Amino acid sequence: MALTQHDIDVEIAAEHAAYEKRVAEGAPVEHHPRRDYAPYRSSVLRHPRQQPITIDVGQDPEMVELSSPAFGERDITEIDNDLTRHHRGEPLGERITVSGRLLDRAGHPVRGQLVEIWQANSAGRYAHRREQHDAPLDPNFTGVGRTLTDDSGFYRFTTIQPGPYPWRNHVNAWRPAHIHFSLFGSAFAQRLVTQMYFPNDPLFPYDPILQSVTDDAARQRLIATYDHSLSVPESSLGYHWDIVLDGPNATWIEEGR
Amino acid sequence: MTKIDTSSPENVLPTPSHTVGPFYGYALPFPGGGEIAPPGRPDTITIQGYVLDGEGSPLPDALVELWGPDPEGRLPTVDGSMRRDAATGGHLGRNGVEFTGWGRIQTDANGHWYARTLRPGARGRSAPYISVCVFARGLLTHLFTRIHLPDDEAALAADPLLSRLDGKRRDTLIAVAEGNGTYRFDIRLQGEGETVFLEFQ
Repeated sequence: MALTQHDIDVEIAAEHAAYEKRVAEGAPVEHHPRRDYAPYRSSVLRHPRQQPITIDVGQDPEMVELSSPAFGERDITEIDNDLTRHHRGEPLGERITVSGRLLDRAGHPVRGQLVEIWQANSAGRYAHRREQHDAPLDPNFTGVGRTLTDDSGFYRFTTIQPGPYPWRNHVNAWRPAHIHFSLFGSAFAQRLVTQMYFPNDPLFPYDPILQSVTDDAARQRLIATYDHSLSVPESSLGYHWDIVLDGPNATWIEEGR
Repeated sequence: MTKIDTSSPENVLPTPSHTVGPFYGYALPFPGGGEIAPPGRPDTITIQGYVLDGEGSPLPDALVELWGPDPEGRLPTVDGSMRRDAATGGHLGRNGVEFTGWGRIQTDANGHWYARTLRPGARGRSAPYISVCVFARGLLTHLFTRIHLPDDEAALAADPLLSRLDGKRRDTLIAVAEGNGTYRFDIRLQGEGETVFLEFQ
């Protein structure tokens, strides 16, 4: 029997109810998805069954994971953060500006660090050879961008509103439109790969990847805010999305946390 | 909401992780990503292995990142892992001299990966190791582990993490010497021989 959206909806609701029950009984809030989340079928054979071993970084300030690889001007070019300028012509679709701050858990900006993004084009097609979706490729859009955060932790990209696209988790599975982000902090332990969504997408409740974040407030933190002050006259609509890196860094130890 | 109010720390809550998905291949990997050691350095090692799922099947769409110190135990602060060419927008790669300590490798169609890097030196209280971060389609939150080399038994015996683990689990964090400076390190995401993964607090 083919797996239907209804089957997945039932599983999503059950996982959500189980999480709410855990929290009601005193379990901590879960900011990240559990790796074992069956509604997203690809996770079934790809999550560890053993609990991770906890390492208290306060025991050793020399720990490798408390430092981060460095990136700089050599690693990007000037137009890497404008995805509409990577080809000779203009890409199709709605031009957007996406900007926000990269912060650590203390609310301090992460300065001069690498932010990488990738996304589908306006028709919902990735420029990837294994992509099967028959939406058109756009010869003027690859969908890859990079930048360094500035002294206040700000990043800024100009790109095209990505389209939603179908996938094969179950029959009639569709991913809400999103942009993939890869982020570094001041410690390798803060490494983050995630996805940014757009406000009011009707596909949110049906998507097992977004719903894998079972905490309602945490899920909201993946959705950008429309910000008219970021919109560029006659050019692009603006979205604001701040990112907070989890995990310890050396500052924590200095502050005695 | 996604404008974070930094005036009170209780409002600064982490952005959730998500899977890297299947389509990062044209975005994140870069030429020479696994050639971390500057060519010609005598203390170069090769680490190779597979990323495997709960049925022992290799993952053709996993991404492995390595981060480690130089042979003296110093963590690099130099950039330039993925230098770019301003004229073409293409990749220049590393400059052949500097050691950035960081590499990124996508598994191939057989689920295999390799990297050439410098033999890590000791830091702090730990036996020397290279930190590893694994991403994959199906993996909703990345996984951290460590690669230790088998050569210094005394250092391994004194390592605070390894000494917390029983023999079989401990072995998953120690690469196997294959001769000529080559080491084998498989990453098993689930099941028999599951790799020890780490959480930092």
